[in-house]
Amino acid sequence: MTESGMVLAARELTKVYTRGSEAIRAVDGVSLTIRRGEFVAFMGPSGSGKTTLVNILGCLDNPTGGELDLAGRSIFGGGKSLGERDLTRVRRELFGYIFQNFYLIHTLTVRENVALPLAFYRKPGAEEEVERLLKLLGMEHRMDHLPGQISGGEMQRVAIARALVNRPEILLADEPTGNLDTRRSEEIGEILQELNRNAGLTIIMVSHNPDLARLGGRRIEMRDGQAYES
Amino acid sequence: MITPFQIACRNLLRKKVRTFLTLIGIMLSTWVMVSLFGFNKGYEKALNRDIENMGYQLMVMAKGCPYEAATMMLQGGKGLRYMEQSMVNDIVKEPEVEKVTPILMQAYFDPNKGESGGIAGYFGVDPASYPAMKPFFRFRSGGWFHDEAAQEVVMGYEAAELEQREVGDMTMVPEKNVQLKVVGILERTGTQDDGTIFVPLKSLQRIAGTAKITTVGIKVKKDADMSKLETKLYQLKDVQVVSFSQVKQTILKLIATARVMVLSIAIVAILIAMVGVVNTVLMSVLERVQEIGILKTMGAMPGDIFRLVWTETLILCSVGGIAGIGFALLFAQVTDILVRRILPYAPGGGLVAIDLPLALLTLVTIVGVGLLSGLYPAWKAGRVRPLESIRREG
Repeated sequence: MTESGMVLAARELTKVYTRGSEAIRAVDGVSLTIRRGEFVAFMGPSGSGKTTLVNILGCLDNPTGGELDLAGRSIFGGGKSLGERDLTRVRRELFGYIFQNFYLIHTLTVRENVALPLAFYRKPGAEEEVERLLKLLGMEHRMDHLPGQISGGEMQRVAIARALVNRPEILLADEPTGNLDTRRSEEIGEILQELNRNAGLTIIMVSHNPDLARLGGRRIEMRDGQAYES
Repeated sequence: MITPFQIACRNLLRKKVRTFLTLIGIMLSTWVMVSLFGFNKGYEKALNRDIENMGYQLMVMAKGCPYEAATMMLQGGKGLRYMEQSMVNDIVKEPEVEKVTPILMQAYFDPNKGESGGIAGYFGVDPASYPAMKPFFRFRSGGWFHDEAAQEVVMGYEAAELEQREVGDMTMVPEKNVQLKVVGILERTGTQDDGTIFVPLKSLQRIAGTAKITTVGIKVKKDADMSKLETKLYQLKDVQVVSFSQVKQTILKLIATARVMVLSIAIVAILIAMVGVVNTVLMSVLERVQEIGILKTMGAMPGDIFRLVWTETLILCSVGGIAGIGFALLFAQVTDILVRRILPYAPGGGLVAIDLPLALLTLVTIVGVGLLSGLYPAWKAGRVRPLESIRREG
């Protein structure tokens, strides 16, 4: 964490894909900063580059060019790209992720799913977080259920608890309500908003849903690989 | 908290039938392997025990005489050659000799044996010297002969079982119509002695109408030069010398082919089982690419994923291996019967000896080969990139 409270700083980030002889600039010179405790929603039509940008910001992908600092550490820059091992190291220290498809493991109970990241990496005191988070998210009565025995909205709550169990700096949410009906979407939106307001969690979210995006204090519109504050 | 080991176990339980079939493959190959190694160990042990239980290390007999009971049975006693009993006096003079005992083997056709008759083998033994050669004989009932020319028999355990004789019963020598009284029945020894009927040497000589013998059993002094003694014994007229160490080598050579064949089967079985392991684990990895990617977003390093998949292989091979060893122990008797059917000569007692070091060695081999087979799927899983796995879904 820097003194100014900056958690993420991106400068001229670029991602170029080549398809045959054609070069596609999925992210085209994006510069932005995100402060600790911000809730930033990325919106835009399909193919606008929002998911590609968020994947780079979340260290799921390497950029082709530009620089990225996270919590005061230089991650990408000066032509440096990280290997899978280094990217994993950054991810597990800084990020929690939730996805449209939840990706719960169906042979593990709710409690085991939430505790799963701790099998590989655990920050001090993270063990106590499992039950606390499940209670916070209203899932304490479902702890011993399997994912197949709970609803979609509940599955996403479990995924949120799992993402938060190692107390990340940033929660990265890629279309978190994409597979949920309106009522469940609202519930998840409220949870994210509460986590941001009450726990001061930094949230970076990609969403097609304008109502959900409105919950974010800051909205960034992606068009043709470029980012516009709205 | 859930551990990587528990995660690996749950992964294997997802596809129960596939996991079960893979386990069966590993179990069968372990079973074959441990039984084969157990047989290698057990056969030699049983052969040594048979030879040690002979009580003597050398036999001298008339040239051309079959020395093995089974051969004598096959030839119906027609191949027997005789030598003078005075030969014993010449042999006992040698400084390497500790004890000697004269033996007369006889075989008679018994029409009442089995469905169409069979050969009954008799051993004429000297009551003064033979029991000392077999100090390990224990009597189930009765004891040795009352005098050196008594009309009595001592029956081996199986011979008595077969004829349903008890001490005090009378038994008839076929062809000769001579009645002998059963005075002793031996405990089971696990050797050919179990099927033998012992008669005092003089009595059998009288029944056979000869004063000669077929064999002299020789116990050699400890640390004596056996080959030197053999050379000296060959100087005696018209005799052949059979050393049991030679017999052992001959028999081991005879079964070498059978051993190679079974070893080949074991290797093929292991290879098939290991292909099964690679298939199961690789399929499981390919089916879980997304999940592996998600584990990486949670902080699992490539090495963690490698170990997780390798643990699955370890569990499969360990469980299959332990089950295979368990079955091999449980069905050692069945293996024994099957092996006896294909062997040219099988000594008495258990042929398959599976002990703890052998069981552990087999388990380590199976797990070691299994882990080698699991290297590729584990390496492949470790290389999964989270982004690619998430994109698959999208």
